Amino acid sequence: MRYDSLLDSVGGTPLVGLARLSPAPDVRLWAKLEDRNPTGSVKDRAAFFMIEQAEKDGLLALGTTILEPTSGNTGISLAMVARLRGYKMICVMPENTSAERRQLLAMFGAQVISSPAAGGSNEAVRVAKRLAAEHPDWVMLYQYGNEANARAHYETTGPELLADLPSITHFVAGLGTTGTLMGVGRFLREHVPGVAVVAAEPRYGELVYGLRNVDEGFVPELYDPSVLTSRFSVSSADALRRTRELLAAEGIFAGISTGCALHAALGIAAKAKAAGERADIAFIVADGGWKYLSTGAYTGTLEEAEARLEGQLWA
Amino acid sequence: MAIEVRIPTILRTYTGGAKSVEGAGATLAELLSDLDSRHSGLRDRLVDGSGLRRFVNVYLNDEDVRFLGGLATPVADGDTVTVLPAVAGGGR
Repeated sequence: MRYDSLLDSVGGTPLVGLARLSPAPDVRLWAKLEDRNPTGSVKDRAAFFMIEQAEKDGLLALGTTILEPTSGNTGISLAMVARLRGYKMICVMPENTSAERRQLLAMFGAQVISSPAAGGSNEAVRVAKRLAAEHPDWVMLYQYGNEANARAHYETTGPELLADLPSITHFVAGLGTTGTLMGVGRFLREHVPGVAVVAAEPRYGELVYGLRNVDEGFVPELYDPSVLTSRFSVSSADALRRTRELLAAEGIFAGISTGCALHAALGIAAKAKAAGERADIAFIVADGGWKYLSTGAYTGTLEEAEARLEGQLWA
Repeated sequence: MAIEVRIPTILRTYTGGAKSVEGAGATLAELLSDLDSRHSGLRDRLVDGSGLRRFVNVYLNDEDVRFLGGLATPVADGDTVTVLPAVAGGGR
């Protein structure tokens, strides 16, 4: 397939059937391989759409500084696009994210400002909002509240899924900015009566959540719960186990957030099978496993890997 | 057998520091009332007049009960209920 430029090649990713993990001939799992995007993650779609929209709105000029709170993938995608378009990039990233992400960001010329590990991505958002207020000339695209993030999935990921799998009954994706779920979810609901839209939310260990207060929950501005039909909370142990199963059974080397989505997809598949219902369940492989090798997620026993992952952000 | 209920750090003052406690009931509402009889005050931190509190999420076997049936969600022996503060995505 030929493209005029790298940015033109964003999207159009394969949807592959999982013959071994699907529990019955009429209860099938399908993986959307978003690691096949230019920088290796689903975030290329949102980054490209957000920068295009900011350019249309006249917010960006040559040399403008873009600021973004990110656990890594969005920052890497934005840094790549910014490099090609002549913008400066500053990422606010929790200090407990993998070394590979920092190296990739540096490679693309982005500057990284670390936010405290406690509070995770929410703390990165707080720090970025403060920096944006202090530097009015910087442009924060703000993936958690930028409609172009969800629109990228409404206009590309959703239509791709429906074209490849007209019989789709369930869509499963990780819950972070909620952009993928909102965009794909809205599109599918408009075109597939009764389709289920399922969120898989990472459940981190006490090191990330320990200091949190129940009353301090952060809800991304993009989030509209009426788009979802179900929501799963997946522990690090289950996400790791499923990530390894995906590799062992189907040969797909994915990042840990994919194990989170797969855990929810398998939960739905088991319910459908028990109820004797047909199901075509598509889930998002958000990125490949490469950026997580240093976390030790793929070596040793599951217990060892889980211990190493304690306190790290993996989605 | 009973229903295992996992408690977040922030609420362990009500469970004497225990990470998980056990309870019984046919619905989530009955389960929470049963727990409150031994861990007084816990229920009020999770439920207000209109149902589950906004920044509290409760999961039955990893699935959010808000999408199942809320406080009326049926529960059974062997199930695992997890209580969490809302993080990214938040409560409804």
